Amino acid sequence: MTVTTRPRVIEVQPAIRRGYSTAWWGMVCMIATEGMIFAILIASYFFLRATNKQWPPPGVEVPNLTLVIPFSLVLWGSSIPVFRAEHAIRRGDQRGLRIGLLVGSLMGLAFVAYTIKDFQDLHFGWRDHAYGSIFYITVGLHATHVVIGLLMSLIVQIKAWQGKFSAERHVTVEVFSLYWHFVDAVWLFVFPVFFLSPHIR
Amino acid sequence: MDERHELERVWSDAPGIPGFLSTVDHKRLGIRYIYTSFFFFFVAGLIALVMRAQLSGPNQHVVGPTTYNELFTVHGTMMIFLFNTPILAGFGNYLVPLQLGTRDMAFPRLNAFSYWVFLLAGLLMCSSFFVGHPPNGGWFAYTPFTNKEFSPGLNMDFWGLSVMFVGISSTVGAVNFIVTIFKLRAPGMTLNRMPVFVWAMLVFSLMILFALPAITLASGLLETDRIFGTSLFVPAGGGSALLYQHLFWFWGHPEVYILFVPAAGMISMIIPVFTGRPLAGYVWVVTALVAIAFISFGVWIHHMFATGMPALALAAFSGASLLIAIPSGVQFFAWISTMWRGVVRLSTPMLFALGFLLIFLLGGITGVMVAVLPFDWQATDTYFIVAHLHYVLNGAVVFPIFGAMYYWLPKFWGRRPSERWGRVSFWVMFVGFNLSFFPMHILGILGMPRRIWTYPSGVGWTGINQLVTIGGGLFGLGTGISLVNWAWARFRGEPAGEDPWNADSLEWATTSPPEHWNFTSIPAVIGRHPLWAEKPVPVSASASPDSTFALGPEGALARQTPITNGIETAPEATMTIPHETYLPLLTALGIAVFFLGLLVNGVVVGVAGVALAAMGLMWWAWRTDVDLR
Repeated sequence: MTVTTRPRVIEVQPAIRRGYSTAWWGMVCMIATEGMIFAILIASYFFLRATNKQWPPPGVEVPNLTLVIPFSLVLWGSSIPVFRAEHAIRRGDQRGLRIGLLVGSLMGLAFVAYTIKDFQDLHFGWRDHAYGSIFYITVGLHATHVVIGLLMSLIVQIKAWQGKFSAERHVTVEVFSLYWHFVDAVWLFVFPVFFLSPHIR
Repeated sequence: MDERHELERVWSDAPGIPGFLSTVDHKRLGIRYIYTSFFFFFVAGLIALVMRAQLSGPNQHVVGPTTYNELFTVHGTMMIFLFNTPILAGFGNYLVPLQLGTRDMAFPRLNAFSYWVFLLAGLLMCSSFFVGHPPNGGWFAYTPFTNKEFSPGLNMDFWGLSVMFVGISSTVGAVNFIVTIFKLRAPGMTLNRMPVFVWAMLVFSLMILFALPAITLASGLLETDRIFGTSLFVPAGGGSALLYQHLFWFWGHPEVYILFVPAAGMISMIIPVFTGRPLAGYVWVVTALVAIAFISFGVWIHHMFATGMPALALAAFSGASLLIAIPSGVQFFAWISTMWRGVVRLSTPMLFALGFLLIFLLGGITGVMVAVLPFDWQATDTYFIVAHLHYVLNGAVVFPIFGAMYYWLPKFWGRRPSERWGRVSFWVMFVGFNLSFFPMHILGILGMPRRIWTYPSGVGWTGINQLVTIGGGLFGLGTGISLVNWAWARFRGEPAGEDPWNADSLEWATTSPPEHWNFTSIPAVIGRHPLWAEKPVPVSASASPDSTFALGPEGALARQTPITNGIETAPEATMTIPHETYLPLLTALGIAVFFLGLLVNGVVVGVAGVALAAMGLMWWAWRTDVDLR
């Protein structure tokens, strides 16, 4: 038997203002859960520090700050060109978009290069002691996030050079920039905990 | 008729194997989640029966101690990670878009990815049996016992890697649910009109987002210790075994509620329908779900009362654990008062709901008991805990799941299971369950420890253990009856029609089974109980500006669904539902190869896996067309 009565039709008004896209919300959720990963790693760091008599352990120097501070500034600074790129495409400025993304990714690349060099120069390994383990894992995981950001940037940049974004359509740029800022923000916590806090005794 | 034909063409998957491997349809994936989870449920259930055979008398030798360790480890791990969590996600996958009045999930390809990851992680875990190294260190895998030094061999690596792997599935699934629920609701489906099950899936997902990273790290760091020789949990290297317990239970306790909340959501859907009146205290029930989510993050230390922490910490966590009884009680009284004023129809789903109420009451009471420190110190690591955890995780989650199967099967397949055999199954399960798990409380008080593979005669445990084994067999039989009943219904059941239960929520407004596109026109929601307010359910339409285009059949023909804004649910944009694609499967396979590489310590395999997964993801990102229209 089929239903013969037709459903009542209700006229729906469109929203006056558009909210964020589903992709943006998806990224916000990913950031929440990724942020928890780093929060828990930082908590674990302090837990391990509290259970050890000496921190860093005997024979391990406190982190050397001469290189990490300038390169941290480079990483945090890389948010500015990415921010400007996003603003440029909102006005439809393709050139501003491309330059901003390129400069941002070069700054990110410089930071990754620094991390690799830093890991080679460190006088302790990740097998030596829990201090080394948590240090390499957390700092390495953050660097991995920068690398993922760079891969995302690559895709976005190719699309930008193909002119696939416009003032109206640039969700990909927005989502990428959100992720990039997040990775920089994580360093705002990882850097003081892993590089500065050992200096406080 | 022409329009229907065209819709079929636009929405159908390719026939046969290609369509099977590449589909992104939330209904196909949801059902697949449910089938796969039930497969693991019956495997883990059979394992439990072997354990019960071993314990049915003193000094038995059905299996040896080594095998027994493997059996209880795999039983627990499988039930939690491969049955309970994914089956709830499966129901959510199938039902949430239908209950919201939309045509798919917000990220259909991610949905497929999430399923493939779950399946491959499950297969990774199962493969441990075939290479003769099943996990053997308990489903919680406490260090230092599970450190490489004391647990050599691949056994616990299978545990750590598959737990980490399956976590990816839950996480992306949770993201998908949250965005779907926030952005894809039909016009008029405001937050205070959402079905309680949808609320429960929202709370479930938010809890996963914040709790799951802890188990990912617990298992991940355990694996870096085991594979790469770091010393996070190795005391000799400055690590801390207690840190592992903190990480594990920071996830572990919310996880209990991650499982319970959707189960409670199912009950809140079933009870009103079978009493013919709206849920009493909707706002209270939803608030209670949210409150449970918050409190559950502050109770994990009650699993660690015996580890010698400062008294103040113990007292605080004991208090928080008692507090959680309040929102649970609120829901309980809401369910009772719904029935109080209604006329209760005792169909199979309702029987399971009532069985759940009784079991949950007992599990809740023993939960309060073990939240009290002195009692916990006596009961911890005894069968009392085994009894408690099965009352809450088996009784209070599996009974709702079976009830939900009986309730929603007619929608899934368009056919009804046998009512009579449903009732038989319920009673056998209910009697078997209580016969099996209630006496365990007494065993625990008599001092029988958990996880022992056998016991001597003459300590007074024999009779009760025999009872427990008989109950376990009955419970298994009851679940088997349901399985046969469902299999029969799948092919021979009576046609169900659109709305066999006279239910209130939107999934019953479509055909059974629903068309690939769910709704030809998106419904317009005018109240909390759309089908009780007006039949047929009103549809929304508009004078066709861009953002409201997807509401009508033109939207369905273009494979689109409307995106609405979060609060007042006015349409603001349209979303194109992607076509079938192999990318999710490919990416999931890449990650599986990566984990395989970690397992066998093969650098080449691991790197190949990462490369495959990265390639899949980048190709996927490349193909995303949100900016191209």
